[in-house]
Amino acid sequence: MTTLVSVLYIVAFVLFIYGLMGMTGPRTAVRGNWIAAAGMTVAVVATLLLPGMGNWLLIALGLGIGAAIGVPAARRVKMTAMPQMVALFNGVGGGAVALIAWVEFRVTTGYEAEPLYVAIASLFAAIVGSVSFWGSGVAFGKLQEILPGRPVTLGRLQQPLNIVLLAAALACAVIIAAGGRSEWLIIGVLVAAGLIGVMVVLPIGGADMPVVISLLNACTGLSAAAMGLALDNTALIVAGMIVGASGSILTNLMAQAMNRSIPAILAGGFGGGGGGG
Amino acid sequence: MPIESIAILVLAGFVGYTVISKVPNTLHTPLMSGTNAIHGIVLLGGLIVLGHGVDGVLNKILLVVAIAFGMINVVGGFLVTDRMLGMFKQRPGEQRPGERGADAREEGEQ
Repeated sequence: MTTLVSVLYIVAFVLFIYGLMGMTGPRTAVRGNWIAAAGMTVAVVATLLLPGMGNWLLIALGLGIGAAIGVPAARRVKMTAMPQMVALFNGVGGGAVALIAWVEFRVTTGYEAEPLYVAIASLFAAIVGSVSFWGSGVAFGKLQEILPGRPVTLGRLQQPLNIVLLAAALACAVIIAAGGRSEWLIIGVLVAAGLIGVMVVLPIGGADMPVVISLLNACTGLSAAAMGLALDNTALIVAGMIVGASGSILTNLMAQAMNRSIPAILAGGFGGGGGGG
Repeated sequence: MPIESIAILVLAGFVGYTVISKVPNTLHTPLMSGTNAIHGIVLLGGLIVLGHGVDGVLNKILLVVAIAFGMINVVGGFLVTDRMLGMFKQRPGEQRPGERGADAREEGEQ
């Protein structure tokens, strides 16, 4: 049974990589997208074949809710609203990572009997996933013009505040890794990381948003890979890391195409109007 | 340490790097959307943790939400990418002024 799952995972990786290669050429792009989608189907089916799986009703419920929201959202969205939709889809992916990390903390009572690397990988996934969820949420809000598209900054307070938030998230994570069991610690990690996501994206103007979404996309990929390390699942490691690496390169290419550098974009304050991308 | 996992992680990173090293500017956004759909694979993490059994109502609710989130990411991501690429196919070769990156193709290319 497990051999079958491993073989199916390998098939899925081949489809992902082949699909992505197809997506880099204009003629093969549509087909590449569907090949990658086929790879995803194979990966999901393989996971459901793992020995000892149960809770089928709840699994079906989760998949059903996701499909019921995702399909109409993707079909009905206007072409002009595509960038914010991608931000939203990216955000829920990061949110999924953060939630799984939270449950992982709860079911292992603070990684009590787990090796240290599981705690570290899971906490990394929690931080990056939460940053991605809230950062993408702000990006969506700005492009959708729920939030002001112009840069919102705290001026000189911005950088010190971000550093304090990062220190708070890391401090909670280190206490957990050192043996802290209080659930408030993991909530502290998630909240501080979420605030980082909000504070980093708020000062960025609408015109730079596509690059930021691509950056958050790479972050979600990395957090998925870290979650794969924590759960010892090869499919998550491979697919997450491929997205993490290709997303980083892509972010760089997009920034170059716009004659912008990534540090300059993250410093914020450029591009007034919303939906400029 | 799970050295095999780390090895797989590093190699997958190189694969991702190699696959994306050359992309025309017009395909940046669809490609971002496509890779975005692929990281919806976190859905598997939710399936594994929930499928192997958890106690407590809150844990179950959180995992169902996580699976739903992952599923939205996957199906929404692939469908949106397909729609974006379909937009390219309708008018091949034509340069649209609103298309970001279309006119920057020459100077952006390395």
